[in-house]
Amino acid sequence: MQGRSSLVPILLGVAAVMFAASPFLIDAAPYESTMGLIQRIFYYHVPSAMVMFTSAFVCGIASVTYLVKRTPGSDATALAAAELVVVFGLIVLVTGPIWARKAWGVWWVWDAKLTSAFVLWLIFVSYLLLRRFAGAGSELLAAAVGVFGMANVPFVYWSVNVWRSIHPTTTVIPSLIPEMRVPFYWCVIAFQVLYLALLLVRVRLERSRLTLEAIYAEIED
Amino acid sequence: MKVFKLVFMLAVALSASLFAQSQPPATPTPAALEGFVPMSAAAPREELPATPLVFYAYAFVWLALIGYVFLTWRRTARVEQDLAAVQRRLQDGPRGR
Amino acid sequence: MKFLSTVWTIARKDLVIEARSRELAYTTLFFAVSVVLVFSFSFVVEGVALTDAAAGIIWVAIAFSGTLALGRTFERERQADTLKALLLSPAERPAVYLGKLAGVLLLMIVVEAFMVPLVGLLFQAPLGRAPWRLMALLLTGTLGFAAVGTLFAAMLIRAHSRDVLLPVLLYPITVPLVIAGVRGTASIFAAEPNLAGAQAWLSMLVFFDAVFLTLALWVFGPVMSE
Repeated sequence: MQGRSSLVPILLGVAAVMFAASPFLIDAAPYESTMGLIQRIFYYHVPSAMVMFTSAFVCGIASVTYLVKRTPGSDATALAAAELVVVFGLIVLVTGPIWARKAWGVWWVWDAKLTSAFVLWLIFVSYLLLRRFAGAGSELLAAAVGVFGMANVPFVYWSVNVWRSIHPTTTVIPSLIPEMRVPFYWCVIAFQVLYLALLLVRVRLERSRLTLEAIYAEIED
Repeated sequence: MKVFKLVFMLAVALSASLFAQSQPPATPTPAALEGFVPMSAAAPREELPATPLVFYAYAFVWLALIGYVFLTWRRTARVEQDLAAVQRRLQDGPRGR
Repeated sequence: MKFLSTVWTIARKDLVIEARSRELAYTTLFFAVSVVLVFSFSFVVEGVALTDAAAGIIWVAIAFSGTLALGRTFERERQADTLKALLLSPAERPAVYLGKLAGVLLLMIVVEAFMVPLVGLLFQAPLGRAPWRLMALLLTGTLGFAAVGTLFAAMLIRAHSRDVLLPVLLYPITVPLVIAGVRGTASIFAAEPNLAGAQAWLSMLVFFDAVFLTLALWVFGPVMSE
């Protein structure tokens, strides 16, 4: 645990620097002709969505590990990852409609990707509600939800996509010209580094909390 | 039990292949959005100004992330405070008053 | 086949109890009909139903009444603490799960057998257009819903707030299933039916069922070990 505590500040520092630099890199990129300025939101919206999916899989794998091995570390990781799905998912679900409002005139067009993100977000909110309100033993129950949530990702994506393909979709993340790739990948890396840092921080908090609870329980005996 | 595990794996594999074969209706891709085209000569005729919206979007992202970091940092500080207090109690206890 | 006989014993226990009082069958059926009525008020404008309203209402009724049936089935177990007894017995865990699933599934099929023709009557839906495909859609959809629901209801049996947590957990996860059920059924009922589309949705449902039934069978043992 001591060795890891130096990694977190480094990661956070790198992420902070990258985020601070990002507006300048984004500003240097050319405008997109059909959408203009509003398309800039893409540089934060899409990397957030990528982090959201990454975290959903981390939660699923940690949940499987917990079901099999019952280690407190895997439980802490599953909870931390689920919380981060909700945080980054919220970013996706707020920036997406802001972009849509300008680009297509309405806040919500039942776009396939945003709707899929909404469903996935709800699954992991329900994970957090379960852990908060189900009482003792909820870690085990939540692990089942985590596994099911991860397994559901392809089904949600497929079914929502086909549901929306009957009507013409207006969302397409088009191919990027080179001048736009640099700020985009910069932001992707920035978000992933930040995600890793936040995950480690949150896992450490959860493990400390579990240690504290265990000590309290022992004292009471 | 192993038989049933095998049966279910087979069911998953079979249905996956069946499912892969049924093609969903093709997604129509609007030709206008095929690729990014950099803006050259501007022809702005939008009613809704984009600048405040972009600002709100970025502001939300920064606030959400900073808020989460801050909340987690505060909770960590509190838990570590409690942990230190409990450790002290445990050390003082057996040593007698 | 000891495994299958265990499944049958558990399922039969539920059926026998239910056959005596028919409490679940009557109340769940009535609830399904009420749901159909309430939703009809939203989706029928001046005597004409909105497009695809019938398909949507069928699946909403399945989801709502299914949740009710799941809750009540396990409430019975909880009151007599019989689930713990079942789990402590030498019966294999997956067999217990399948036994409970069979009971819930049968109950839902009975409810749908009345509710779907009723919706067909109220909305002039062409039930006879592709009866086998329609029944396959209903069966696979109900099976998937019941499979996930039985696991969640069983694992919530000793949790706080179990009544509200069951739908909270169940509905987001069964979204792909509901989409497939509604769109598949709507493809059959539509003025210009798209039977190939219904087939595609049906194959997704089969795949969903296979994956989630397998997952539930695997997860049931570890999750119930308390």
